[in-house]
Amino acid sequence: MAEQEKSNETVDIGVSDEYKYGFHDDVKPVFKSRKGLDTEVINEMCDVKDEPDWMREYRLKAYEIFKQKPDLKWGGDLSDLDYDDIYYYVKASDRVERSWDDVPDDIKKTFDRLGIPEAERKFLAGVGAQYDSEVVYHNIEEELEKIGVIFVDTDTAIREYPDLVKEYFGTVIPSADNKLAALNSAVWSGGSFIYVPPGVKVDYPLQAYFRINSENMGQFERTLIIADEGAEVHYVEGCTAPTFSSESLHSAVVEIICKKGSRVRYTTIQNWANNVYNLVTKRAMAYEDAHMEWIDGNLGSKLTMKYPSIYMMEPGAHGEILSIAFATQGQHQDAGGKVIHCAPNTSSRITSKSISKDGGRSSYRGELKVLNGAKGCKSNVECDALILDEESRSDTYPVIQIDADDVNVGHEARVSKIGEEQLFYLMSRGLSEEEASTMIVNGFIEPLVKELPMEYAVEMNRLIQLQMEGSVG
Amino acid sequence: MSTELVIKDLHVSVEDQPIIKGLNLSVKQGEVHALMGPNGSGKSTLANALMGNPFYTIDSGEITIGGVDILELEPNERAKLGLFLAFQYPTAIPGVSMANFLRMAVSAVRSEDSNGSDTTELIPMREFRRELRAKMKQLGVDESFARRYLNDGFSGGEKKRAEVLQLAMLEPKIAILDETDSGLDIDAVRIVGESVNQLIGPNLGVLIITHYPRLLNYIRPQFIHILLDGRVVESGGWELAELLEEKGYDPIREAHGLTEVVVEPEVEEALPSLRA
Ligand SMILES: Nc1ncnc2c1ncn2[C@@H]1O[C@H](COP(=O)(O)OP(=O)(O)OP(=O)(O)O)[C@@H](O)[C@H]1O
Ligand SMILES: [Mg+2]
Repeated sequence: MAEQEKSNETVDIGVSDEYKYGFHDDVKPVFKSRKGLDTEVINEMCDVKDEPDWMREYRLKAYEIFKQKPDLKWGGDLSDLDYDDIYYYVKASDRVERSWDDVPDDIKKTFDRLGIPEAERKFLAGVGAQYDSEVVYHNIEEELEKIGVIFVDTDTAIREYPDLVKEYFGTVIPSADNKLAALNSAVWSGGSFIYVPPGVKVDYPLQAYFRINSENMGQFERTLIIADEGAEVHYVEGCTAPTFSSESLHSAVVEIICKKGSRVRYTTIQNWANNVYNLVTKRAMAYEDAHMEWIDGNLGSKLTMKYPSIYMMEPGAHGEILSIAFATQGQHQDAGGKVIHCAPNTSSRITSKSISKDGGRSSYRGELKVLNGAKGCKSNVECDALILDEESRSDTYPVIQIDADDVNVGHEARVSKIGEEQLFYLMSRGLSEEEASTMIVNGFIEPLVKELPMEYAVEMNRLIQLQMEGSVG
Repeated sequence: MSTELVIKDLHVSVEDQPIIKGLNLSVKQGEVHALMGPNGSGKSTLANALMGNPFYTIDSGEITIGGVDILELEPNERAKLGLFLAFQYPTAIPGVSMANFLRMAVSAVRSEDSNGSDTTELIPMREFRRELRAKMKQLGVDESFARRYLNDGFSGGEKKRAEVLQLAMLEPKIAILDETDSGLDIDAVRIVGESVNQLIGPNLGVLIITHYPRLLNYIRPQFIHILLDGRVVESGGWELAELLEEKGYDPIREAHGLTEVVVEPEVEEALPSLRA
């Protein structure tokens, strides 16, 4: 016991980290709505986007639901969030770019400073980067088109593939699901639309970068992925945002449909500035023998509330959720995962790793349900929390509800502190205290990081290093 | 000039309990010393105190390496001065691969500044890989070791061999081996013994802590020290190891008044301190 207390003294952590990507380039928005939200703002947005009537109606209906829905009463503290003090639509560039050369110079400069991996520009298939609310750079390799894969920003999808979008949009997460889903449905802009035809396997990750750049601008991207029967795809999103004095809201909706025998992996690494509310609804439907994986890394932000979920709709479906959260000073990461077993013989696994430092707070919020009749289901939930100092905090809120027989469910939760023994061992080999604790933290999240594509794994380790810098006196 | 580790009148306590009570010992680069003593006599306490484990409190005394007082130095600064400890119970660091860890450690001990505050610049990957591969081959360590997580799920024997591999990579001036032979099967003791033997040379001084002369058959020490009641009570040559093997610690305890029993004449004859 004494040893543990002592170890906390040694890992004396107390310096706030400056946000690495906290710069603000001078990009003039082409169009910007006024602050706040009403039907006029929505109509104006539809006009600027030149959207079909069905989407306009969809938005207006969602807005009514948003107004009626009570504020969220759980998760993190949203009392400082003022829905009237936000720009709901900002368009940074007038058209969707197709090649890197066409991207305006100041926007390019921003991407350079963000250090978007070189690889993206060279060999990766579809690189979509969201700049403010609109995708300005979207390059689809011919190859993708040849095999019938659609990878476009969602606004483009509305124009070019209306039937496909109409069939699935809002079917996984209806507007009435929760207040923020309603808000997103009313004001969404950008995001990715992916359709992979039956039997097609995309063997490189499809990536998009998202970024908020206008002060007080809400970013409400909307992503929809449909993996048809036997299809395979891996989608990767990474986000950074510049620092501003007043609050920013990021509230995305991601819907995924995994048809029979398909495999979908969705990887996110987000590193928001310390004033961003990051409130995201992510849900997937997994049908017969489908395989769905969420890999979700959350750094930064003021408050993140994110619980990727999987509905196991038909027998043989398998779902995995790997969630990682790093909370430092002034941050609350409320993250986790939800799995609903609606069909028999489905299996799932939730693994959560959180790190709290400098008074940061991370919570695991999870839900595991096995519905009546869903016999023979297997599920395992594992939560690991690492707390780096006395001021920091970690909680778990697991909900497990089993209404079926013959199920196999495991739940494990652990909270640990960086051991003095581990620090001493590494330091005796020449590592400074900061290097040693960074190495221990990186080791702690390694099970997640090794699932990431190479350059994201490197990026993740670098982000952790930045979070740890200056943390030891 | 060869570097020397010098310990003078050292007093160390663990949780306010004095364990080391006035210990003197010196180890020069190029020399091989063995430190023997019964369970709980304070051998590991000494090793940890030398390396700077904050759990062990140094109450008084002096420790210098090459004339530099290390008492106030952090463990990593001691490592950079050329001190190394092969632990009796190495700690597992889950998720950190042996290779990543070793690259960082090697880069750190070879970096010029010893203040430890700046981020260590890593030695180039190819250079490191080449070196690691060569050392693994030399010590007969399987290459898969490099990818495994540091001491995580290692068997007792694998942990000890991993410590020897670290010793080989870090190239310290003075190394303390705390029971690197314990928990090993007979073949493994030979392998570890031969491995350490390969590393011994004019640039490496070692202090081997062990209970068994078996290891010392592979690594013949020039000096043998016996630790009893927190002090080195006897220092001599190989004959001390032989005496211990034959009679155990009792005669030495008796000779030093640590028990009531009378000292046998042949023991008196064998002990350097009584001869003098
Ligand atoms: N980390 C520790 N926590 C509590 N007590 C300790 C610790 N380290 C040493 N001690 C105590 O100090 C005394 C000396 O222990 P030490 O481990 O140094 O002995 P040793 O000579 O290395 O024994 P062995 O031959 O069994 O390894 C013992 O009484 C032990 O209980
Ligand atoms: Mg010991």
